[in-house]
Amino acid sequence: MTDPSNTTSGRDPVTVPRLLELAPGAGLDETLEHCRDLVEAPDPPTVRRWRDAGGKVLGHFQVYFPEELAHAAGMLPVKVRGAPVERREADSHFGSYICSILRSSLELALTGRLEVDLFVTHPICDAARNLAGIWARNLPQPARLLYFPQNASSGFAARYLEGEYARLLAEMEDIVGRRVTDDDLRASIRVFNRNRKLLRDLYEVKRETPWLLSVDEAYCLLAVGGLIGREEHNALLERALPAIRERAARPQDKMRVVFEGGFCEQPPLDLLRSIAEFCYVVDDDLLIGLRWLVEDVATDGEPLHALADAYLNSSSYSPVQHDARKPKEKMLLERIRDSRAEAAIVSAAKMCEPGLDEQVAYGQALEEEGIPYFLTEFEEKMTSFSQLQIQLETFVENVLFASEDWEEELLVLQVRERH
Amino acid sequence: MAEGGAAVTAATDVHGRGASDGRRLFEEWYAALTSAPERGEKAAYVFVMGSLVELLRCFDLHVVFPEINSLQTAVRKVADEYLNLAEDHGFSPDVCGYVKADYAVQVRSGEHPMGRIPPPDVAVLTNACSTYIKWAEIWERMYEAPIFTFDTPGSRVPVPLRRAGEPVETPDWASRLGGGFLDADSFEADRRYVEHQLRELIEVCERVTGIPFDIDRCREVLRLTNEMGRHWRRVLELNRQSPAPFDAMLEGTIYLGVANALRGTEEGALYFENLVEEMEARIADGLGPRGESDEHYRLVFVGVPCYPIFRRFYELFAEWGGTFVSSTYTWFASGGLNRDFEYDLEDPLGSLAEGLLLGVREATDSLMFPDRALIQSIDEYDVDGVVYHPVKSCRTVSTGLAASRRVILEERDVLALYIESDMMDKRVVSEAQLKNRIDAFFEGLRSREIRIAGSASASD
Repeated sequence: MTDPSNTTSGRDPVTVPRLLELAPGAGLDETLEHCRDLVEAPDPPTVRRWRDAGGKVLGHFQVYFPEELAHAAGMLPVKVRGAPVERREADSHFGSYICSILRSSLELALTGRLEVDLFVTHPICDAARNLAGIWARNLPQPARLLYFPQNASSGFAARYLEGEYARLLAEMEDIVGRRVTDDDLRASIRVFNRNRKLLRDLYEVKRETPWLLSVDEAYCLLAVGGLIGREEHNALLERALPAIRERAARPQDKMRVVFEGGFCEQPPLDLLRSIAEFCYVVDDDLLIGLRWLVEDVATDGEPLHALADAYLNSSSYSPVQHDARKPKEKMLLERIRDSRAEAAIVSAAKMCEPGLDEQVAYGQALEEEGIPYFLTEFEEKMTSFSQLQIQLETFVENVLFASEDWEEELLVLQVRERH
Repeated sequence: MAEGGAAVTAATDVHGRGASDGRRLFEEWYAALTSAPERGEKAAYVFVMGSLVELLRCFDLHVVFPEINSLQTAVRKVADEYLNLAEDHGFSPDVCGYVKADYAVQVRSGEHPMGRIPPPDVAVLTNACSTYIKWAEIWERMYEAPIFTFDTPGSRVPVPLRRAGEPVETPDWASRLGGGFLDADSFEADRRYVEHQLRELIEVCERVTGIPFDIDRCREVLRLTNEMGRHWRRVLELNRQSPAPFDAMLEGTIYLGVANALRGTEEGALYFENLVEEMEARIADGLGPRGESDEHYRLVFVGVPCYPIFRRFYELFAEWGGTFVSSTYTWFASGGLNRDFEYDLEDPLGSLAEGLLLGVREATDSLMFPDRALIQSIDEYDVDGVVYHPVKSCRTVSTGLAASRRVILEERDVLALYIESDMMDKRVVSEAQLKNRIDAFFEGLRSREIRIAGSASASD
């Protein structure tokens, strides 16, 4: 199960288990299918394989975590992002008005489908920060809270965050039983810089030739990165990207849209497929934590400082990070402009306070700019999409074919299911 | 009051003075807010968890508590007007009712049942509640005023140290959460970050008001908060008596309002000094919150009260002789006053940073990891039952309560009631359902009482 050539450069040759069950010559369709199966599996076999090989796992809840730290310590960083599972154990630990991803993430852990050696959550919202206490009361492995700065403009924020990273790294060192050097960290940053470049390339394909890659396919290629080693993800993307560019698909008469609202709880793949029937999703915030750092991280200085600085100064945006320098509605407009989208799908997970709050600001900004948008809510467990498809189809037809006189009225189609 | 109100006057009959003085002080506070713009005076928007009122008073800023404004709309039965307006503007029914009510207050140019709320000249918030951050982003979009978002990193270990110097009993699951709180180096790193931000905030306030920071004035304000805190803690402590002199859910909430609004003022310190006197008099006279004590069951309240039916909610318990002798609300919404902490007047800024950090942690620990403190309260206040009241509007308060109940029931021989409603939205409040659940809870308490009495007589 190991591939000696798949080693992390810059430190002792540590063999990295191969976690994908893909033949070296697997074609694009087979690769996509394999990724889809992994992404939809509530019991990720890649994590199990890693543990079976004696590896340690760091599970981190949405949205962003500096996975380079875990990588440098030789741990597998796994994105804890819930799953559309039946909940038998977790619900009794929560009240009624809590989003699904918290419940299903705890369900996976309580039922042994996701085993981690260290769990880290963040106060991204008032519900998620409570997860640390609930997790720790009920599971034997350690749980930690990582407070990211919300005062990004403070002159002390980067120094504070660097200290937080150092604290967590020390905990990982205790778990793996060895010290992590700056060179280890630099080597990991290089691996992740390569990953960031490949993901930018993937999104360039979506933006420039969206007929070659649907939103659900791109999502699977992205999301699988949260379940396997980064070297393996890099290799996967390096094989997949040229194959995608060689696809014979032709452009169709579909609307270019930006999908917003997938920063934490994930929409079902079928929902993304439903969107793909009518739209080219040319950019989105799906699993934005995997693309949080938008540029290469410096490898020539203090690595923890470089990571902290990048979090604050070279990063994307989401409803759960406050930064007065990056008003989120302006960032969304920028995303729409940069991707030359004609409209936006502004979504939020049910009971997601930050996402639902942000919908208001996004809606106002889009109206002021005259950009049509489709407002909706989702839940990871939803299974029926026919109504959504009809509404989306109506929205698309109205935008594409409405006369200018109608545009004002047809600017917004709100699909919020009231409780 | 510091903001133009009259001083608290002593009454010959102390009984009921806390309620009447509190009401008057509150009305005067709102009147001062209403007339502030006419006088050219400036206002700062703040929140109860980490308000930094002490610093803002040094710059002659009126303090506006949007949380208090919002809950007042519910207590005064007009919240639905505000909530509906916000929902008409696109807010979801599933988000914080406080945020929506305040949004509507702003849209209505400050119109509020207690007066007119001035717009912010500056807003200061902490990350004690993530919704504070989303809330302030609304103001960022509405106003040009600077918004200062304060990082106050919370505990990484769920053991609330309610009183300094006490031994810490760390359960296995708590130690698994890591050592941020108990580790002196980590604490000092956090404190340095907070102090750095305080200095940055001072520059903002100087710019907004044109008033230079005066360290001696700060020292005096901190002294007054120290004094208020001592009295506040004494008031809470007096409720260990049986019968308890006041109801921590009903009257405690009124006292909390004064504690927040009048922190760092002579009037606030005097109010709580008088309140101690009133509570001691009630104890001496054997009185409880309803006059002649009918206390039969001693309860702890966990969560935020049901403001749309505030008085009735209290009565549903009082009718059975239930008294809330303690309330987590008086912990997490008191701005750290419940901690045995006093500002060091020799080092005002360093101490303010430490107090802010400890106060916010106390608040967030009370919300996220309340188990140890609850168990301590159950023991110290001789409690029969714990009432959990998670609300739809507030996930900060509510998310961990179901899990906490499981721990409490394992650790102590008490009954627990878990009832969900809301603090703002009467659409989510069903009085009949609440009554059914509350009645069943008291019947359970009574059955247990009979069973224990039976066991005792059998063993005799």
